[in-house]
Parts: sequence; C-alpha cells; structure tokens
Amino acid sequence: MKKLLLALTTSAAVLGFAAAASAQDKTKICFIYVGSKTDGGWTQAHDIGRQALQAEFGDKIETPFLENVPEGPDAERAIERMARSGCAMVFTTSFGFMDATIKVAEKFPDVKFEHATGFKTAPNVATYNSRFYEGRYIQGQIAAKMSQKGVAGYIASFPIPEVVMGINAFVHGAQSVNPDFKVKVIWANTWFDPGKEADAAKALIDQGVDILTQHTDTTAPMQVAAERGIKAFGQASDMIKAGPETQLTAIVDTWGNYYIKRTKQLMDGTWKSEQIWDGLKDGILTMAPYTNMPDDVKKMAEETEAKIKSGELHPYTGPIKKQDGSEWLKEGETADDQTLLGMNFYIAGVDDKLPQ
Amino acid sequence: MRIELEKRPRPSTFYAVLSPFIALALTVIVGGIMFWMLGKDPLGALYSFFVEPLLDVWSLHEIAIKAAPLILIGVGLSVCYRSNNWNIGAEGQFIMGAIAGSIVPVVFHDWHSPLVLPLMLIFGMIGGALYAGIPAFLKANMNTNEILSSLMLVYIAQLFLDWIVRGPWRSPEGYNFPVTRNFAPEAVLPEILASGRTNLGFVFAIVAALLIWFMMRYTLKGFEITVLGQSERAGRFAGFSSRRMIWFSMLLSGALAGLAGIAEVSGNINKLQPIISPGYGFTAIIVAFLGRLNPIGVIVAGLVLALTYVGGEAVQLTLSVSDKVTRVFQGLLLFFVLSCDTLILYRIRIVLSGRTAAMAQGGAE
Amino acid sequence: MGILEAILLTVITAATPLVLASIGELVTERAGVLNLGVEGMMIMGAVLAFAATQATGSPYVGILAGIAGGALFSLLFGFLTLTLVANQVATGLALTILGLGLSGQIGEPYVGMSGTKLPQIAIPLLSDIPYLGPILFKQDLIFYISIALVVGVNWFLFRSRAGLKMRAIGDNHASAHALGIGVIRTRYLAVLFGGACAGLAGAQLSLVYTPQWVENMSAGRGWIALALVVFASWRPWRVLAGGYLFGFVSISQLHAQALGLGIPSQFLSALPYLATVVVLVLISHNRRMTLVNTPASLGRPFVPDR
Repeated sequence: MKKLLLALTTSAAVLGFAAAASAQDKTKICFIYVGSKTDGGWTQAHDIGRQALQAEFGDKIETPFLENVPEGPDAERAIERMARSGCAMVFTTSFGFMDATIKVAEKFPDVKFEHATGFKTAPNVATYNSRFYEGRYIQGQIAAKMSQKGVAGYIASFPIPEVVMGINAFVHGAQSVNPDFKVKVIWANTWFDPGKEADAAKALIDQGVDILTQHTDTTAPMQVAAERGIKAFGQASDMIKAGPETQLTAIVDTWGNYYIKRTKQLMDGTWKSEQIWDGLKDGILTMAPYTNMPDDVKKMAEETEAKIKSGELHPYTGPIKKQDGSEWLKEGETADDQTLLGMNFYIAGVDDKLPQ
Repeated sequence: MRIELEKRPRPSTFYAVLSPFIALALTVIVGGIMFWMLGKDPLGALYSFFVEPLLDVWSLHEIAIKAAPLILIGVGLSVCYRSNNWNIGAEGQFIMGAIAGSIVPVVFHDWHSPLVLPLMLIFGMIGGALYAGIPAFLKANMNTNEILSSLMLVYIAQLFLDWIVRGPWRSPEGYNFPVTRNFAPEAVLPEILASGRTNLGFVFAIVAALLIWFMMRYTLKGFEITVLGQSERAGRFAGFSSRRMIWFSMLLSGALAGLAGIAEVSGNINKLQPIISPGYGFTAIIVAFLGRLNPIGVIVAGLVLALTYVGGEAVQLTLSVSDKVTRVFQGLLLFFVLSCDTLILYRIRIVLSGRTAAMAQGGAE
Repeated sequence: MGILEAILLTVITAATPLVLASIGELVTERAGVLNLGVEGMMIMGAVLAFAATQATGSPYVGILAGIAGGALFSLLFGFLTLTLVANQVATGLALTILGLGLSGQIGEPYVGMSGTKLPQIAIPLLSDIPYLGPILFKQDLIFYISIALVVGVNWFLFRSRAGLKMRAIGDNHASAHALGIGVIRTRYLAVLFGGACAGLAGAQLSLVYTPQWVENMSAGRGWIALALVVFASWRPWRVLAGGYLFGFVSISQLHAQALGLGIPSQFLSALPYLATVVVLVLISHNRRMTLVNTPASLGRPFVPDR
C-alpha cells in the first residue's frame, strides 16, 4: 500500500510541476478527451500526440486537457471552459463532440477548433481524420498470407462508417491475396470492456478463425490470442507488450505529427478551416513493426505500405462487389471520399449482416 | 472500545440542522488531506473546487444546467423511496422518456407548430412513466423485486437507444453516423435568462420539487406515502393500498425521469445520440439521499452535486488532478451525510469497556 | 478440442466472478443486510489484486490482496450501516461510487501493464476424464474456490448451528436478539464475508478473465451478481445455476453473431438482461416459495434496545 501511495504521489507531483511552470505568454493548445488518457487505445493515442506536441514546442506552449468528458451537455461545458480559459486552439477528440464544438465555436470566433472524425466545419472549425483503412488493407493482406484456414475474426465496436470502412478494407486486402478469404465479425457494442472483448475473441477463435483483428480499444483480445496461440493485430497503439509473439503489426495512431503541423500553422498565421483526411504518407498513422511473420510476408506488407504512401495504390480500387452481389467499383475505379465517409454496406466476402 | 447508540426520545432539531454542515466540513477536511497527499495545495484546491464556481455567472449557469435533471429525477425518487419502493432504474426511464419525447421532432420533423414542444414534454413523461410501469407491474402483480428489474431495464434501454439511433431514426444527413436529425428550433427548450444557457428545464425542476413538497406536506396522498413507507401494516389499517402505492410512486418517478430526459435532449443536446446521459439516473439516487428524501433538500443536494462536477472539472484543469477525484468526493460526501444523520435520531456513546460489551459477547457464544 | 467444450470453458471464466460475488452477497443478505456496493468492492479487489501481483510477482499474493481489499472496503459499509444504522441502500451506492473513483486513482500507474495470469492447476486423475476432465479439473484456483464456496455456504446455512442462527437473524433480528444471538456481530461477519467474496471476484477479473488493469473493468458485473441473488431466491445452488446460465447466454449471443445470423447485435447484447428479468419474474411469481426464502428483515436497520 505504501508503495502504491508513493507511486501515486510521485506521478501527481510530476504533473503538478508541469502545471506550475506555466506562464502567461505561452500559447495554450487544449484537448478534450472522451475517455481516460490511459485507456490504452483511442484517447491514449491522442494524449501521446499531445505529449509529442508539448515536447516539440517546449515551454512555448501549454497543453491542458480534460479527460472522461461525456458526449452531450457536459461536452459543451468542457469545451466552453477551455475557450474561456484562453486557449488559442482546442482539439475535440471524439465524434460525439461535433455539435458542441460548433456551438461553442460560434461564441468564440477568435479561438480555433479542431474536431476529430466529424463532418461539420465553420470558419474557425476544422475537422481532421486518419485513413485507418489504409492500414487495415495491409493487415488484410498479411492475414490472408498467414491464415491457414482462410478465416479471420474481427471484433468491431459500433457499426459507424469508420468501422465498416475498416472491415471492408481488411476483407478487400485479404481477397487481393486469397479471393476466397472470409471474415467473421462480432459487434461488441462497446469501445471499451476488456471482459466482453476477451469473450468475443474467444468466441471467434472457437468458431475456427486463426487470425484476430480488433476495432475496440483494450489489449484483452491480444491477450486471448496469445493464450490460444494464434496471431493478431493491434489497434490504435502498439500492443506488442500484450503479445510479444502474437502481434503481427498494429495500426498506430500518431496524431502528434498532425498536432505539431497545425500548431505551427496557427503560430505563423496560415491556419485555415479545412477538412483534413490524412493517411500513411502524412504520418498521422503508422504501422507498428512487422513481427512474427516470415520474411516474404513482411516484404509484401512493406511493399504495399510503400505503394499506398506513394499514391500508386488506393486500397479501394475496383473491381469490388457489394455483399449483395451488385457492382460497386468498376475495374480500376477508386472510391471517392464521400462514399467512404458514409460507408454503410459490406463488400462481398464478409460473413456477417451489417446492423442497419 | 465500542460505539453504542441510544435512541433519542425525539429527533434532535439541533442536529437535523447541523448535520449536513458537519458532513460538508468532514468532506472538506478529508478532501483537503487527499489533495495534500497528491502534492497539491489543499486550500487552493478546495477553493477552486467549492468556491470559485460560485463566483462566476457562467459557471452558475452551468451548475443550474447540470442540477436540473438531477433535481427532477431526485424528487421523483424521494417519493418512491419514502414509500419503500426502490426504483434504481431512473436512468432507463430517463432514456425512454427522451426517446418517446423525440418521436415528434424526429418522425414528424416536417410538422412545425408551437404545439411541438408541449407534446414532446408530455410524450417524454408518458414514456418514462410507462417504462417505470414495467417494474411496477412486475412488483404489484408478480411480486418481483423492483431494485433488480428496474436496474436490468436500464441496460435494455441503453441498447434500445443505441439501436434506434443507428437504425430506424438515423439522420439522413449525418453520413450514417449514429445520430438523429437535429431538432427544429421550435422543438428546442428555450433559455430563460440572457446571461447564459440555463433553460426551462431548471424551472421544471424547481416547480416539480415545490409541488411534491406541497403534496408531501399538505395532502392526504403525502400522508399515505409516509405511512405506507414506515409500515405497510399500519397503512393497511388506515385503508391505504400498498399495491396502488407501488403504481403511484413508480409512475410518478418514471414520469419525472422521463421529463428530465426529454428536457435534457431538447434543451441541451438537440438530437438523440447513443449516449445522452452521463449517469444522471444513478447520480440522482445520491441526490435523493443527500436531500434526505425531502424535496427542498433535493434541490439543495442537486445543486451541491452539480457543483462537485463543475468544480471537479475546474481542479482537473488548474491543478491537473485526475477526474476520479470528483467521484471520490461524491462518495465521501454521501458517506459523511449518511453517518452524520445518525446524530439526529441517536445519541452516540463511546463505551471503553463495560457490562453491555461483555454481555453482547457472551450472548454470541 | 470441440466447439462445445471451448464454449463451456469460456462460460466458466465468465460465470466465476458472478458466482463468487453472488455467493458472498447471498450470505450478507441471509443475515438481513442489503449491500448494494458489490460493484465497488469488486473493482477494489480487482485493482488491489493486480497491484499486489505486480509488486510481488505472485498472483497468489494478488488473490489475498483482492480478498483483503474487498473485505476492508466492506468494513466501511458495515460501520455505517451496522454501527451507525445508516440507510443500507444509500450506503451501498456510496460504496460503489467511492470504489470506482478510488480504484481509478490507485490503478493509474498500472494501466497498460501486462499482467500475470493465474496458472491452471490440473487435478491428477480427474483431469484425465474424457470431455469433462479438461473442462472442470484443469482450472485455476479461483474457480475451485468458487465451487467450494457454494458447497460450503450451502452446508453452513442449512446444516450448521451458526448458519441457523444467521438465518434467524435475517428473518427476525428482534427475536434473534431476544434469544441472545449477537445480531450486530454476526452481521459484521456476514458483511465481511460478502466483501471478501466480491474482492475475490475482482481478483478473478484482473488475474484470470483479462489479466490487466483497466478502469471500470468490472463493467456492471457487481449489479448482475446482485440480481443473481434474488434470481436464486437466496439459495446457494441456484446462484451457481444462475451464474452459469447468465454466462451461457452472454457467451452464446457472441457465437450467434459470429455465425452471422443477422439479428441486430443490440438485441443480442440485451438478451442476458432480458433473460434475467424473465427468470426473476418466473421465480418470484411463486409467492409462497419466495416468501419462504426471502430474509424478512432484509435491509432493515437494527438497534438493540437497552
């Protein structure tokens, strides 16, 4: 217990020091988190980005944040509190903060707002998002090479376009290697419940999948995969610690690069409201090291990654059929962003019915 | 050493007035120690937690907004608990009220009329009441424990909301994201003051609390609630039906929770989304008890709890302490209030050694 | 390993914390005390078990820490409700809120660490039985304890003198007191037992179910455990049955999804809760049976007259 308290007080003391070092002339770049900054997934990735930003600018800026802000009326209060406290720019890092961000932005025209994953902008509100599906496509290819049974399991959170887009990219990537590849999906209906995610992982493995990927935030599925001796992909953060012999790669959200870019623009006056959707080439997401796979698979993955980065390959390139057999993309045709951002259909090969 | 309670001949008015203050003082002291252990200046932290939010018009508005649903639900629950009906599922009734109230602005979104808002509020109350009617029916007719049935129904309501905003009610303009279309201006609860965003919901909360206070104090119904709550047998002798009371108290608290739900959605969120409550229905249980199940007390308790949220956020920002501190504070406050209330009914004696202690030991073999 | 065995193994892991927390609460309630703080005690057990395991490297020390943590935390509840006769419902809720907040504070340095999983213990001979052996006799210590506790509590309540006295207290504390049974002392012990079991259930979460510490990782399981006690109409064997039924429904809904049946996942996720309500109704509908088993003075405060 004593050790616990000590750990508590020291970590708190470090934080306290950071706060005490603040001064008036610093630019305040503020963050609103939907989860806990140590959730091991989505919010933690944003917080790592915030720390990278702080490290880049040192004591020229301050980066206060509020965590565990529920989506709804509390969000509006939290964002407004930030704006009132003199923040020059506020990053609101969850889709559910969209309307609250717009509302507060109207009241504070001099403050810049950046809303993650949304679609509403204003003169002082930009949106930003990451092309996670590029990473999922690479994962699909790896899965198809590594799987002996030709079936992968996918633990999904909620049927929003971003998640559906990820499943489709994974399937499409896999089928570019093995046209008969199948994916089984379980909707956990949570972003964050280790027990439920572990149960879903077990259910998928029991149903015969031998590769696991997840679009939920805890490392529980990775642990289950490690226990059962199959391979898996990490999500949002590098989860190699949870499965040193299990993780093939992970999609790592590296928001820091983006935060640094936008802060620079804010400081030199070139910031403008945009809808930014960056990908692998911009460094907003990176692939964790390709591990636990033969060299030829690793080589293929690296080549695909390079092709996506150079723009030579768009993961959504036709021919692609929808699940009902109708044609979606013709030979050589690539998907446009609007369709992707509103994606609400499966492509052929997904062994699931999309919740409507 | 042991602690003994001795029943007072009459409840102590002195402690009835003083005990909340003792509790608050104890919370502040323990909270100060906690801040000190975290390496923060305890006085400064307590100041920005409890005092600073009261000095700013903006944060006063925010406290009122936060308190409104807590008070609305809390007064309903206070009636329930006084009559010995343990409705723990106000969170579910809040959600169902919000869904029922949203039928008009979501399904009939082309219909523009000043009637929209009143209809929404009525639908919200009906929705909440009907949902509370399920555990009421199960208790009255099937003898099913309402604590658990109402609680299980919370999870079901949350999943139902999730399904409806992702499925049938999903906004056609929302890129398939799980939200309904935004409410039209006439479906939005108006703000009441020019100085901030407090809306009509706060007025509803105060009016509801006053009405229920009046009912409890001056009407036969209030008497019936108290009698049945204290002793079902005594109530039966007086000709009151505990079965009807189950229905009355559950429907009333459900309707108020439903009203809170639709008021919150209409006034603050302006649409339905998968999460519309940060646990108001559960926090309101604390509010009801902090307010000692007295409607006027509930108003005060709702405001105090809202203050802990708003103040907790302030210290998170200024002192970078974790948001869990707020929860710890709420837990402590409730603990101290509950234990200090013992002083109203009992005298507490600390017995160092003695006959009674020895007897109790012997009695237990 | 066949799919059925695999499902059963998953069900066991999912059901064990529910059974543990319920059997503890069952004893508490049999003594006439309603402690709604199971969720809080469980999460405290989870975080302390994880922390102790990290500090010492031994998950067995972790188990002890979980039990001790849950029990100590329940003592707070005991002091308020038994010594100061505070309202049990409110105090239980306060315990849950405090537990969730405090565990988050304590657990902050442990987030993201990979835990140590409690090893499995194969019982010689028995674990070689075809089919059943690997499922029932190649489990971790906490599973064995959970079964032993159900058997033990059943024996204690219905076969021992002390158990008889405890039930007497739960049914009518005034007459039990008149007969010279130490009401408050017994209730303290019952509350402590409930806390210890909830703490052990928490330890199962952070050492077996998902060997890591995550904030709010109990995710409502404490409430389900409370429901199971009523569901079981205060009978130990039915706690076991109920826990496994709930576990089975929540696991099979995941399998139903993986099979791609096309039912909205929200409805499947709601199934375990719905099933609990339905069974609750079916059981409590039989008024005579519930009246026989329900501790009559459940939730009522007791102050000895002098």
